[in-house]
Amino acid sequence: MQPATGLENDLPEPALLSPGQVLWQRARHHSGFLLGGTGLALIIILAIAAPLIAPYGPSEQDLLQRLKPPMWADGGSAIHILGTDQLGRDYFSRLLYGARLSLIIGLSAMLISGIIGSTLGIVAGYFGGRIDLAITFLITSRLSMPVVLIALAVAAVFGSSLETVILILGFLLWDGFAVVARSSTIQIRDTEYLLAARALGMPLWRLILTELLPNIKDALIVVATLEMAHAILLESALSFLGLGVQPPLPSWGLMIAEGKDYLLFEPWLIMIPGTALFMLVMSINLLGDGLRDISAPEGRS
Amino acid sequence: MQLFILKRIGLAFLVALFVSFLSFILLRAGGDPAIAMAGEGASEADIEFIRVQFGFDRPVMVQYYDWLSGAVRGDFGQSTYFSSTVAELIAERLPVTLKLGVAALIFAILLAVPLGMIAAVYPNSIIDRTALGLSVLGQALPNFWFALLLIVVFSVWWPLLPPSGNTTWQHFIMPTIVLGYYATPALMRLTRSGMLEVLRSDYIRTARAKGLGPLQVIGKHAMRNAILPAVSLSTVQFGYMLGGSVIIESIFALHGIGQLAWESILRADLATVQAIVLILSLIYVGLNLTGDLLNALLDPRIRVT
Repeated sequence: MQPATGLENDLPEPALLSPGQVLWQRARHHSGFLLGGTGLALIIILAIAAPLIAPYGPSEQDLLQRLKPPMWADGGSAIHILGTDQLGRDYFSRLLYGARLSLIIGLSAMLISGIIGSTLGIVAGYFGGRIDLAITFLITSRLSMPVVLIALAVAAVFGSSLETVILILGFLLWDGFAVVARSSTIQIRDTEYLLAARALGMPLWRLILTELLPNIKDALIVVATLEMAHAILLESALSFLGLGVQPPLPSWGLMIAEGKDYLLFEPWLIMIPGTALFMLVMSINLLGDGLRDISAPEGRS
Repeated sequence: MQLFILKRIGLAFLVALFVSFLSFILLRAGGDPAIAMAGEGASEADIEFIRVQFGFDRPVMVQYYDWLSGAVRGDFGQSTYFSSTVAELIAERLPVTLKLGVAALIFAILLAVPLGMIAAVYPNSIIDRTALGLSVLGQALPNFWFALLLIVVFSVWWPLLPPSGNTTWQHFIMPTIVLGYYATPALMRLTRSGMLEVLRSDYIRTARAKGLGPLQVIGKHAMRNAILPAVSLSTVQFGYMLGGSVIIESIFALHGIGQLAWESILRADLATVQAIVLILSLIYVGLNLTGDLLNALLDPRIRVT
C-alpha cells in the first residue's frame, strides 16, 4: 500500500514506456500527423480499390455523354457523379485511377532517389575526406541544375512515358536524401557503438546496414515523405505541359491540361483533379512534418 | 580571407563546368538529335545532311569542346527553329524573366518576413497559427493549377487582369503571385525561427531592460539579426524561381526564357535548350557564390572552414 500523499499519483511513469510507445503517445496528440495520415490512408485505399469502386473504366468513352457537369451542378446526374470529360469519360473513375498513377510514380521515384541519395550521403559522411569532397561536389552540382527544365528536356529527348517519368524524377530528386544522410552519418560516425562494431571486425556493409542505417532512418523517412510529395507535384507539372505521362492514362496533371481548354464554361474540369492533387500532396506533407516533430521533438521550432 | 574567396570562386567555376558538361551529355544521350530535328517522315539523306551540317557525327567530347569554346565567347550558335542566333533570342527574352523573378522575390519577402516576425513575437497566437496554416497550404498547392485558378477568378469571372501576354505591368501581377507564393513558406518559417531564437538572447533582454519600447527592440535590435538566414535563403530561392518560370511563363504566355525553353524543347531546338540550361545554372551558381561571400563578410566564423 502506498501512503496517500496525493502527489505520486499524478506523476507519469516514463520508465515503463518503450521507445515505440513514447512515439505513439506523441503521434496520438499531433493533429497534423493524424490528419495527414488519415488523408493519405484514405487516398491509398481508394486507389487500391479503384477497380471495385469505379463505375466505369478509366478510358471508357461515351461520345454522347461529353462534358456532363458533376451531379451537384445544373444538368448533372448520379450516372456520372463527377461528370464527364471532353471524350465522355467518367471523371470519377478517371480520378480514382489517377490516384494510383500519382502514388505509383511518387513511391517509385522516391525509392530510386532514396537509394541513390542515401548511399551517396552515407558514403560521404562515413568516409569523409576526399570521398566526402567529391560527393559534396556532386550534390552542389545537382542543386545548381534547373530541375524542371532538365526534366522537361530529358523527357522530350528520351520520349515521355510512365517509366521515363519515374526514372527522370528518381535520378533528379536525390539531393535531399544525400544531404540529410550525410549530416546524420557525420553526427553518429564516431559514437561508441559504431567504434565497437568496427573493433569487432564487422564487415562494412553489415555495419552500415545493421548499425548505421537504423540510427538515421527516422531522418530519412521524413525526407522520403517530402520527396514523394515533390515527385508527385513535378510529375503533374510535366504531364500538364505534355511531356510527362501520355494520354489516355488518367494522370491528374494531364486531366488538368485537358480541362484547361474548357476553362471558361466548365471550370470543374480543372477544379476536381487539382483539388485531388492538392489534398494528396498536403496529406503527405502533413504526415512528413508530423513525423519530424514526433521523431525529433527537440528540433521543432 | 583572400584564400577563402579564391577557393569559393574556383569551386563555383568547377561546378558550372561540370553541370554544363552533364547537361550536354544528357540532352544527347536519348538518341540521335538529327532524327528529332529532321522531324517525322524525313528521308535518310535529309537526316544525314543535318547530322553533318550540325556536326552530330563527331565524337561527343569534340562537340562539347566546340560548344563550350563558343559559349564562353557568348556564341551559342544558331537556333534551329527561330530565325536568329540563340544569343539574340536570350538577350531579348532574359529581361522579362529577370523582371518576373525579382518581382516574385519581392512579393515573397514582403509577405513572408512580416508574417514570420509577427508569428514569432506572438507564438501560438491566431496569427501564428494562420501563418503556419498558410505555409502548409502553400507548399501543397501545384503552381500550374494555382495559376489556372487565378485566371478563372481574375480574368474570367471577374475580368480585372489580362490572362496572357507581357505588354503592361498588369500582365505581371498573376505570374508574380504564382511564382512568389512558392518561396513564401520556407522564407516565413526561417524568419520565424530566426526571430524566436534572437528574442531569447541576452542583448534583447538588455535592450528591454534599458527601457526601449517594443517597436525599437523588435524593429531595430532583433530584426537585423533575425532575417540574416532568410536573406541568404532568398538568393537560393531566386534561382529556383527562375527555374520555375518554365511552367509559369508557358501558362501566362509571358515571353521570357522560361517560355522560350518550353517552345524550344517542343521543337527539338537543342542549341537553345542547351544555352538556357547553362544560363540558369550559371545564375544559380553565381547567386550561391554571392550569398556565400556575403555571409563570410558578415560572419567571420564562416571563413575558417
